[in-house]
Amino acid sequence: MLTKRIIPCLDVNKGRVVKGIKFLNLVDAGDPVEAAYEYNLAGADEVVFLDITASHEKRKTIIDVIRKTAEKVFIPLTVGGGIREVEDMELILKNGADKISVNTAAVNDPSLIKNGAKKFGSQCIVLAVDAKRKPKGGWEVYTHGGRTATGIDVIKWVKKAVGLGAGEILLTSMDADGTKAGYDIELNREVADAVRVPVIASGGAGNPEHMFDVLDKGKADAVLAASIFHYKEYTVKSVKQYLAKKGIAIRL
Amino acid sequence: MDKIAVIDYGMGNLHSVMKGLQYEKVPAVLTDNPATIRKCRGIILPGVGAFSDAMVEIGKRKLQGVLTEEVNKGKPILGICLGMQLLFTYSLEFGKHKGLGFVPGKVVRFNRKMKVPHIGWNNAEIVNKKSRIFKGIKNGQYFYFVHSYYCVPSDKKAILTKTKYGNTIFTSAVEYGNVFGFQFHPEKSSEKAMVVYKNFYDICKGSSKN
Repeated sequence: MLTKRIIPCLDVNKGRVVKGIKFLNLVDAGDPVEAAYEYNLAGADEVVFLDITASHEKRKTIIDVIRKTAEKVFIPLTVGGGIREVEDMELILKNGADKISVNTAAVNDPSLIKNGAKKFGSQCIVLAVDAKRKPKGGWEVYTHGGRTATGIDVIKWVKKAVGLGAGEILLTSMDADGTKAGYDIELNREVADAVRVPVIASGGAGNPEHMFDVLDKGKADAVLAASIFHYKEYTVKSVKQYLAKKGIAIRL
Repeated sequence: MDKIAVIDYGMGNLHSVMKGLQYEKVPAVLTDNPATIRKCRGIILPGVGAFSDAMVEIGKRKLQGVLTEEVNKGKPILGICLGMQLLFTYSLEFGKHKGLGFVPGKVVRFNRKMKVPHIGWNNAEIVNKKSRIFKGIKNGQYFYFVHSYYCVPSDKKAILTKTKYGNTIFTSAVEYGNVFGFQFHPEKSSEKAMVVYKNFYDICKGSSKN
């Protein structure tokens, strides 16, 4: 039976893990390779690196991190952050990543999804969506790390992207992100009902119960969390044990 | 040459497969050279992407002949993911396409009602309890899968493991004489899964005199 996945996410800046709130007050939190390895030992089902490096040396540093991670971490690795071209994808995949997540560049040019899926297969292309509730219902797509409103409806966008070849949706609720008050269940359920690809819920995890709710009521296939794992409030192992007890299919 | 030839035909994540082999200290060489393939003890055919594209790439490098000859001579071959599917007679991915034909059977798509690709960790129920390549693997162990199509062997004796996705029970690994195939990615299925690479190497050493 296919299990639900628990996915820790690491923000990487200039080759180092950073912690901060909304990309501000960044604090060095160690080596991403070691952090990914620790998560792997704790039973993580995948690891995501979000590269937030702004400098022109961006590619070189993240490639080095990916290469070293792939040498010792034998679980799937997704890399996202500023990927604009198929050539960027190729370089990242060749160095040992399994999936690429695209966000802003895909909104600006949806053919990036199509060309990436054609070249590497849909299973490599994860569409990351930053969604914010609209005052009159529904959700709007935001880009540039949540700074730019696009006017695009989330449900319409995910349907279009899956049609172009996106193999998974990494869905972040901007309203819930950072609150630790739980995932946006309704958002996840609506997206899960709209597309026939796996949905990874992100934003709002404060405890294992929140994960249970979004996997159960929110119909998510996987949950992504950063801070509750980083700050060791919960371990991946304890979260998985909790979910398994609650009857969720989990790899222990 | 005491090495395993990992076929480099421009499809897929070869880096991870090489790291998996390295983890088990299995000597391996990335190659698309027929002479090298002939000299190696065994062959690994990795692959991610579309079936027909992969057969075109194999054709461009004139590899079908050498692979067929070596497999007919009894050299062990292990296909991973798309590499497993290529071992079959034909696939129905985007039309009907001929494969390498080392395992009789076809490759078909998951039911439209299910989420496709089948992505994530799922268990492998061992059917062939005498399997050599699954030595040390527990029945029901989890492996990482990423695929939209699956293999249907026409000779049931080829089935090594089965996996359930939704209401579909499919063949997730085959062992057919000297031909082996995994739909899952051992190199992405944690350290516990890596022993299959060592087992494959042992099988290769046992079957060659080089």
